[in-house]
Amino acid sequence: MTTLPATTARQLGLVIDLDTCVGCHACAIACKGWNTQTQDSPLSDTDPYGADPQGTFLNRVHSYEVTRPMAPPMIVHFPKSCLHCQDAPCVTVCPTGASYKRVEDGIVLVNEKDCIGCGLCAWACPYGARELDAAAGVMKKCTLCVDRIYNETLAQIDREPACVRTCPSGARHFGDLGDPSSAVSLLVQARGGVDLMPEMGTRPVNKYLPPRPRDTLPEAPADLAALCDPTTDGLRGFLGWIDRTLKRF
Amino acid sequence: MHPAPSIIVFTVASGLGLGLLALLGLGLITPQGFGAFLWFGAAYGLTLAGLAASTYHLGRPERALKAFSQWRSSWLSREAVLVAACLALMTPHAAALVFFTRPLPVLAAVAGVLALQTILATSMIYAQLRTVPRWNHWSTPAVFLIAALAGATMMTGMVPLAQVLLAWLALAMVAHWLLGDRRFAASGVTLGTATGLGALGTPRPFEPPHTGRSYLLTEMVHVVARAHAIKLRVVAMALACVLPSLILLGLPPRWPVISLAMASHLTGMLAARWLFFAEAEHTLSLYYGRPPADAPRPLTPPAR
Repeated sequence: MTTLPATTARQLGLVIDLDTCVGCHACAIACKGWNTQTQDSPLSDTDPYGADPQGTFLNRVHSYEVTRPMAPPMIVHFPKSCLHCQDAPCVTVCPTGASYKRVEDGIVLVNEKDCIGCGLCAWACPYGARELDAAAGVMKKCTLCVDRIYNETLAQIDREPACVRTCPSGARHFGDLGDPSSAVSLLVQARGGVDLMPEMGTRPVNKYLPPRPRDTLPEAPADLAALCDPTTDGLRGFLGWIDRTLKRF
Repeated sequence: MHPAPSIIVFTVASGLGLGLLALLGLGLITPQGFGAFLWFGAAYGLTLAGLAASTYHLGRPERALKAFSQWRSSWLSREAVLVAACLALMTPHAAALVFFTRPLPVLAAVAGVLALQTILATSMIYAQLRTVPRWNHWSTPAVFLIAALAGATMMTGMVPLAQVLLAWLALAMVAHWLLGDRRFAASGVTLGTATGLGALGTPRPFEPPHTGRSYLLTEMVHVVARAHAIKLRVVAMALACVLPSLILLGLPPRWPVISLAMASHLTGMLAARWLFFAEAEHTLSLYYGRPPADAPRPLTPPAR
């Protein structure tokens, strides 16, 4: 039954640090690289070398500009994947039972063999975390690399999601967010981690750490544009000599 | 949301077919012999044609039978179970009327109620979605139920009842449009809460995550021009409600007149259903800098 478990033994998930993410998209590529060869069907691309390339991705990196009062604007890179919500609306709408949330660790998964590709779970997800694969006709989503994190054939250091393993700036953290003493829970507590779209009542497990405080301006800047006007005042040396010479004509 | 022709045809055709089945089941019309054959044929035909159209929306239609399993949690599964139960229970009543000219009123009433519940389940597939605030409202089931019954009463020539239902349909459609226009803002979701960056300042898209299109954009970030939407609303209202009402008011309810009124009504309903999808904004669209149509639009590069 696609009803949600009342509680899960653990709440495995990601903590994404918007302060340190550099927007390199390596997590998106590592995710596609791993998951295109380990799931029941690949993450397909259509027209990959043509004029209209499209493909299925489980992780996509947006970039936003934040304009702030009395402070310079800020660029924030924003990786987005499944948040493995505690009240996951994508699970309860599934008509076939293909979509489910695991009792043991809270990971939300799709059983591809039961998926009819109706797309209703993608409609029910507020975040756009699920994509219907154009070639396979079934729903694809982040598995939290369930085939890596418990995989005893991998070295211990590799037993974490591909996106976390590959992130060059340490902006992605993986752990049990249901355990208040875990490293990720302490990080969320220390940095004031937030839920995305709390209005939707999904209770996401993944947390986002907002950018750390930056410099602010004590008062509004003077006329900055005036500083950009080209002027030859104060030119010395060779350029000054050329300027003075040319002015004579 | 993407206005997929398969779902538009499904909701309009199956809605009308199930509306007819509700009238037939609840005994508002009790045709016999060949007449019963025609009416039940039309009702079953419309319902099944709609269901067949809906399978074109599935990525793996060959597994559709699995959709009967999750009726405890899923409205889509409930719809499948209810429509199957309705069609199965109505069959003995239909056969009894066609071949023995005798109704089976109790069985038929149960099937008639199931037909109404199926229409409700269809509408709840949309109305349950908090992610699409325009749909997440009582006016969605109201429009679906009233439209089905208005079409069915008109088709069967029950003119006074059809006139009342057409007036209700007009009110429900206007409520869905006008109240729906405020639903996204009322949901409180903004790019600020979607990214958690609202506490810092005002975020706006700087770089999209991908240069081409994607399933997410094609399926859930459909943008319809505001001016076109208002014109289409007027056309849908005129064809679905006003014109059929005037035709039935002025002309005797013979079959050519009813056919004309039904043609107008169904064309209007197809336009209204197209708008139902095309105008519905998904919260996902915020991440791509596509706010609701009535909000100020940020500067974005022109689409290719």
